[in-house]
Amino acid sequence: MTTDSLPRSDSLGGPLPSSMPDTGGHFGRYGGRFVPEALIVALDELDAAFRAAKTDPAFQAQLTHLLTTYTGRPSPLTECLRFGAAAGGARVLLKREDLNHTGSHKINNVLGQALLTLKMGKKRVIAETGAGQHGVATATAAALFGLDCVVYMGEEDTRRQALNVARMRLLGAEVRPVMSGSRTLKDAMNEAMRDWVTNVDSTHYIIGTVAGPAPFPEMVREFHKVIGIESRAQVLELTGRLPDAVTACVGGGSNAIGIFSGFIDDPEVALYGFEAGGDGIDTGRHAAAITGGSVGVLHGQRSYVLQDADGQTVESHSISAGLDYPGVGPEHAWLADTGRATYSAVTDTEAMDAFRLLCTTEGIIPAIETAHALAGTLQLGRKLGPDSVILVNCSGRGDKDVETASRWFGIMDGDRAPEGRA
Amino acid sequence: MSRLHDAFARAKSENRAALIGYLPAGYPSVQGGIDAIVAMVANGVDIVEIGLPYSDPLMDGPTIQAAVDSSLRGGTTTRDVLATVKAVAETGAPTLVMSYWNPIERYGVDAFAADLAAAGGVGVITPDLTAEEAGPWIAATDAAGVDRVFLVAPSSTVERIAVVSGITTGFVYAASLMGVTGVASVSQAAPALVERTRPLTMMPIAVGLGVSTAAQAADIAVYADGVIVGSAFVRLLLDAATPADGVAAVGRLAAELALGVRRASAG
Repeated sequence: MTTDSLPRSDSLGGPLPSSMPDTGGHFGRYGGRFVPEALIVALDELDAAFRAAKTDPAFQAQLTHLLTTYTGRPSPLTECLRFGAAAGGARVLLKREDLNHTGSHKINNVLGQALLTLKMGKKRVIAETGAGQHGVATATAAALFGLDCVVYMGEEDTRRQALNVARMRLLGAEVRPVMSGSRTLKDAMNEAMRDWVTNVDSTHYIIGTVAGPAPFPEMVREFHKVIGIESRAQVLELTGRLPDAVTACVGGGSNAIGIFSGFIDDPEVALYGFEAGGDGIDTGRHAAAITGGSVGVLHGQRSYVLQDADGQTVESHSISAGLDYPGVGPEHAWLADTGRATYSAVTDTEAMDAFRLLCTTEGIIPAIETAHALAGTLQLGRKLGPDSVILVNCSGRGDKDVETASRWFGIMDGDRAPEGRA
Repeated sequence: MSRLHDAFARAKSENRAALIGYLPAGYPSVQGGIDAIVAMVANGVDIVEIGLPYSDPLMDGPTIQAAVDSSLRGGTTTRDVLATVKAVAETGAPTLVMSYWNPIERYGVDAFAADLAAAGGVGVITPDLTAEEAGPWIAATDAAGVDRVFLVAPSSTVERIAVVSGITTGFVYAASLMGVTGVASVSQAAPALVERTRPLTMMPIAVGLGVSTAAQAADIAVYADGVIVGSAFVRLLLDAATPADGVAAVGRLAAELALGVRRASAG
């Protein structure tokens, strides 16, 4: 069976969800642009370059060539029989973005934006990073194209993800630890925005997720669509049908949007996003903007945000640096409100249990971010049962997390397992 | 005519630019902040901008970030900001709030405009609210009778300046440089930006970002209607050994700057 043999459904009534955003970058009431006026010209320039590139065969050919020969696409689809047995016997299919060059889905977006940077004639790129995967991907593309590169990373995260700091420096990027605020991803993004507004003539800001002012949410989705396009065809080829559910972890939400986009107009496919529940939503120590936040404006867009009664951003908490962010992309907010996708939170403990399970049942060490999707998949599979097919975006690999996981499970020499965690 | 326009008109009648001073509310405490702002006014600041402390101030450099962080850690709320407005407005100086958008949206767009007016505030500067997203704010400020000030930047095209000027009331805030507050000095782009903006608005034009000395104030006063100073005042409070020292230092800088905006007319 091929991709073409199953037509897209248009039975939702009204415009297809894939028709979003509007020309102002809105997904319903979400998205838009809330930025200093100084950045408007740069955003307009980026928007024009992006729209031109979308229909430019030469650009598309160049990007496809890179994705094939450099990233290693298409990434495979792996069926997880032993892990699936623990998920109520569901057929669990992993889309292996962890096998991409640099170890996560992030490279898809970065290569697209790096090519746009060249088209706009800019010589310097900056990025924010949490887990370091987006920073590594940006440093990689900068090395490949000979661009200057500065990556902003919360000081707290530089400790949690020391391996990725070293990787970025090896690749020739400058890593600037950010000491303000909570010293995590949110503050790295603030600092990157300040750099951008100061150096916008020479610099492109490669935002790493489907957040930020328009056109970033739409553009980053566009560069990650390849995940959904490939996996839809792969699932059809393997199983002869569409999956019952597609799952992904959601911090800012780029890997989720990438894989969801392939199925957004297939109403029979349920979409599930799993946010970082940290110590549990009721403890207030979490990073689940949709599940435990409210509507607000942060980092240039309106979406769900963790905030207090005065609109001050509240610090997020997650064992996963890549999900430790108090906002979420505006399209997710809209998908949640419309009910097209369902979002819930997975605690640190649930994620780490799923992390361990994938290691020992499938020989795959996932990123802790990805482990949130795996934990959600275990719960979902038990609900959907043995005949169900669940496609999981395996968004990244866990090399960077080995130290955190070793500590969590108490498996390093001299470590004692914390109670209830081993 | 608003009290804001009166202040610009009075400065103009004296053949000088208006001096606009910024300090965040709640630093070093709510009362300490009020004391410092009152000292600015007593020493020649014509118009006051009170910063509403926000957790993610994208337009601000390290100086204002430090004061705002401290203010928020001290528990400053939006209500404290409005209380500060009320206390400062009682001095008679036209008082604006400078706020990132989210705290206003969270408070309630209509409620914020109305409560600001009730506190005696004359307007709000919103550095991250774009014209495209400003519809509800335009309605709210019109209803409450307060001014809404938007920014233009050196990168702004004539088309953008026309859009921004078209929705601005009170004055147009011309950001003198590409960057954040309190880091670099006022750039050569500032006079050109004012020149580009002038034909597109009837409003006064005030220049801010990177202005810290009387000499800079004098330079800007030659071509702009207002000179905005923020981080330089904040720096004095941050560096002061005691709150009283900080208030005194703020007063001295205000007096120097007030001479600066008058010097331009002499030279």
